[in-house]
Amino acid sequence: MSRNRRIIKKAGLDWLFKMAWRDGKASGKRLLLFMASIILGIAAVVSIQSFGDSLKENIALQSKALMGADFIIDSNQPPNERVQEIIDSLGGADAKGVSFPSMAVFPKQGATKLVNIKGLEGAFPFYGELETSPASAATEYQKSGGALVDATLMLQYGLQHGDSIKIGNIGLPIIGTLVSAPGSTGVSTSVAPPVLIPYRFIEATGLVQVGSRVGYDFYFVAKPNQDLKELDKKIDPMLDAENADLDTHTSTGQRLGRRYENFGKFLNLVAFIALLLGCVGIASSVHIYIKEKLKSVAVLKCIGATRKQTFLIYLIQIAGMGLIGGLIGSVVGLLLQQSFPLFLQDFLPFEVAISFSFQPILLGLLLGLFMSVLFALTPLLGTWYVSPLQVLRILENGSKKSRKANLLVLLAIMVFIFLFSFWLLQNWKYALSFVIGILVVFAILAGIATVFMKAVKNYFPASWGFTARQSLLNLFRPNNQTMVLILAIGVGTFLISTLYFSRDILLAKTSLEKTENTPNLILVDVQTEQKDAAAQSIVEMGLPLLNNIPIVTMRMQKIKDHSVNDIRLDTTSTINRWILNHEFRVTYRDSLIASETSEAGRWPAEPSEASLVPISLSDNVARDAQVQLGDRLTFNVQGVLMETEVASIRAVDWGRMQLNFSILFPTAILENAPQFHVLTTNAPDEKKSAEVQKALVRQFPTVSIIDLRQVLGIVENILDKISWVINFMAFFSILTGIIVLIGSVRTSKYQRIKESVLLRTLGAKSSQISKIAALEYLYLGILGSGTGILLSLLSSQLLALFIFKTAFVPSWVPFLVVLPGITALVLLIGLSNNRSVLRSPPLEVLRKEAS
Amino acid sequence: MAKILNVSHLGKSYTSGSKNLTVLDDISFHIEEGETFAIVGPSGSGKTTLLGLCAGLDRPDTGTVELCGTELSKLNEDERALLRNREVGFIFQNFQLLPTLTALENVIVPLELQGASNPGKVGMDLLDKVGLADRFHHYPTQLSGGEQQRVALARAFSSRPSILFADEPTGNLDEETGEKVVQLLFDLNKEAGTTLVIVSHNLDLAQQCQRILRLKGGKILTNETTVLS
Repeated sequence: MSRNRRIIKKAGLDWLFKMAWRDGKASGKRLLLFMASIILGIAAVVSIQSFGDSLKENIALQSKALMGADFIIDSNQPPNERVQEIIDSLGGADAKGVSFPSMAVFPKQGATKLVNIKGLEGAFPFYGELETSPASAATEYQKSGGALVDATLMLQYGLQHGDSIKIGNIGLPIIGTLVSAPGSTGVSTSVAPPVLIPYRFIEATGLVQVGSRVGYDFYFVAKPNQDLKELDKKIDPMLDAENADLDTHTSTGQRLGRRYENFGKFLNLVAFIALLLGCVGIASSVHIYIKEKLKSVAVLKCIGATRKQTFLIYLIQIAGMGLIGGLIGSVVGLLLQQSFPLFLQDFLPFEVAISFSFQPILLGLLLGLFMSVLFALTPLLGTWYVSPLQVLRILENGSKKSRKANLLVLLAIMVFIFLFSFWLLQNWKYALSFVIGILVVFAILAGIATVFMKAVKNYFPASWGFTARQSLLNLFRPNNQTMVLILAIGVGTFLISTLYFSRDILLAKTSLEKTENTPNLILVDVQTEQKDAAAQSIVEMGLPLLNNIPIVTMRMQKIKDHSVNDIRLDTTSTINRWILNHEFRVTYRDSLIASETSEAGRWPAEPSEASLVPISLSDNVARDAQVQLGDRLTFNVQGVLMETEVASIRAVDWGRMQLNFSILFPTAILENAPQFHVLTTNAPDEKKSAEVQKALVRQFPTVSIIDLRQVLGIVENILDKISWVINFMAFFSILTGIIVLIGSVRTSKYQRIKESVLLRTLGAKSSQISKIAALEYLYLGILGSGTGILLSLLSSQLLALFIFKTAFVPSWVPFLVVLPGITALVLLIGLSNNRSVLRSPPLEVLRKEAS
Repeated sequence: MAKILNVSHLGKSYTSGSKNLTVLDDISFHIEEGETFAIVGPSGSGKTTLLGLCAGLDRPDTGTVELCGTELSKLNEDERALLRNREVGFIFQNFQLLPTLTALENVIVPLELQGASNPGKVGMDLLDKVGLADRFHHYPTQLSGGEQQRVALARAFSSRPSILFADEPTGNLDEETGEKVVQLLFDLNKEAGTTLVIVSHNLDLAQQCQRILRLKGGKILTNETTVLS
């Protein structure tokens, strides 16, 4: 051979990008659809992440305004000598407050309501503001001796400034409407709306008595450069020993932040599911896309491109699409987060100023890039194994793939999902549970779809008419995306239906039984000397006295011979801290009630020694205090030490709307201890309930009354709001499913058009072709949403059984609203694709589509 | 003259269902540099399989293929691809243009794979030679069959290959267009001095080559020189 060998350079990265661009621009619409599959999911994740960051930033910036001070010392009892010493050593409190729930009477309107009374002294708040109407009332009320009443309450009872409000034994004029106070949210004030009065009137109300749940707060402004962290570290343990507590604005802010963060994590998971769905859609669409490119890949290899080069061309396309999708998703997400303060305003104690930070945008870009590439990797690997011989003939096993490579890709996807959920949840067990949960849901949905399709194939309804049969056969056409569509629509439906059923379960659990023997009015803070008179009043008003429960307050002094102070100082102790600081409300009886089941020991019981008092603990207290049968606990019963022995451990159904107790004493022990009482009754309707409340409060102004009907209404309202927010996120899954559907319909458009045109050429009418298409989409919609609802029925049953421990009665709403709604949507999208086919002559359509 | 292609005791079988089909059986021949060579035979005679093996698109079960002084069995897939890019041009029955690239872009792909500078100029000159100077930016779907095959011709010659394989180059064209394409093929080949291997069942086309290899049932029937030589 005499030809000169030329020095040949290899094509570089720029050529690969050039080829990716050239090929990509001709397939622009298809790639745009791929992008759209992930945009919504990324938008959802970025919006939640970004809003979470804004919230954290706002909490940090506004933590002082949330607290109204730099730090506070609080306690559930009046400060003892030691606590007062500590307060004095800090220079004395700059303001103080005392708060407790109580009934308020509005004499002019003749109405009563459970409210949260807060008596304040000093220039509180030092940060943030008491927003009142008129504005001057915020500073005037203490001087003038008036009350500030919550705005919702004012509206609810038609109260005006100047009207009177009776609290306990005193009446005060309402001099202003309280619009907002530091740290309050719409939700927290819904059960007992706030009423602010000057501190000096508290004693005169007569409401601070034995058993009252009173909170004492001392507010401080920090000295310049005061190290609050050090202060907290030094002072808090000292206060803990005296049943008091120190909170700085930063620790309160952090706690608040963690609460929202937990909810945000949950929402992020829901959004992540939408993103995963989009990626499943990408995987399926890219599979078909690459299949159509395999011939071109063979040609390129034939004329000299290597396996790596052809693989990289399409990898660059997919990565580029992922990055652009990530960018658009991030932008949409950042815009979407603007709407969150609207949805969450009842749960937020302040107005959130939305800020834009770089991290969520980077997250969106990286998610778009990695997830697109990961999920497209399996079909992309197909290009590696294409033989250049394909240009000459179609090989039977033309593109054999490596099973090992596919398994590695699947493993990489699982690892990525695990790592991302671990980053979100910060807990490997939860992250692993999420991954397994996702796999199970997808597997079951895919399994149900597979079984259905096999059943259709094996038991094909040959007796059906042509259009019905043809539409069923279309589900199995080559390159069909039936499975992916069922998954996408199914997962979204599953999420929304499960949320709906869970809400129903929670509401059912908290619902009131509608019998005469079930309490719906609870009188609390009834003193011993009032008890008989109150009971008589109830009976005289024609209502049954259902319970008369004595309550004694006490604290733990020793656990198994170790004093709680020693346990507090012991850093190796794993006893839950709340046990050491808690003021227990205890009752005495010799039997268990309906909401209690014995788990160990017996009740009533005999102690092992005569000097010991046998007690019964609820299982959670026993677990947290790390005690079991036979262990000894010493209680401080308002100054008197009482040694007890754990004789019984009970499981308590805390979800039942009735009085439950974590500690039970036997009778004949605490009868002479300072105590108060809880009386319960059942009012047949709201009118009678209001009448009874009015009469009782008039007679016993220091008694508080809880109307369980109202409480239930508030709980339902809160659950509705939370469900709405979660549903909003879950809807992203549905929308993503719709986009995947649009993508699938577009991908198979030419094929469907050819089929339709062929049928028209053979003489089929437009109505027949439309019917075939309509039925096909109907099957997809029903299959997808139906499998999702079936799965949610199963998961809700499991939730009811194992988590909520209650019966599950499914609502009809998902069947009557969700299933038809989603099916109709699928039908609409599918049929809109068929319009151009029906309007044009067959040859025109084919020519148009070919060009 | 040096041998550019040396085929020695080549054999290839395929499994179809449960049957083992011998497509090529003990094929040996060589082609010299600059020759025009035709491989003819009825359908199923193994022509296309032989072309694929000679071009390094497939691996034989037995025997060896030496192309441009390199034994193909010693190369892996990527090395074969590089060899094809450097030394081999292709023309196919159904043109095999990349549908998402324009005519010009299709022509210059082999040059770009080589990292050539200014491939556009070379591509435009070639398209001009094949009479498509005004169709640089048209996509294959916008070209007729004859025009597509002319683009394929330009692509095949763009990398100045040592050897060009044409598999039924006029198979999808009408007679008149086919004749024009064949004329262009031979003109370009003469100008470039490339070795030309044509696989066809068209004897008239084969007769325009210097040598003809006739296959039947996977075996060589004859290996003869034509009047042209």
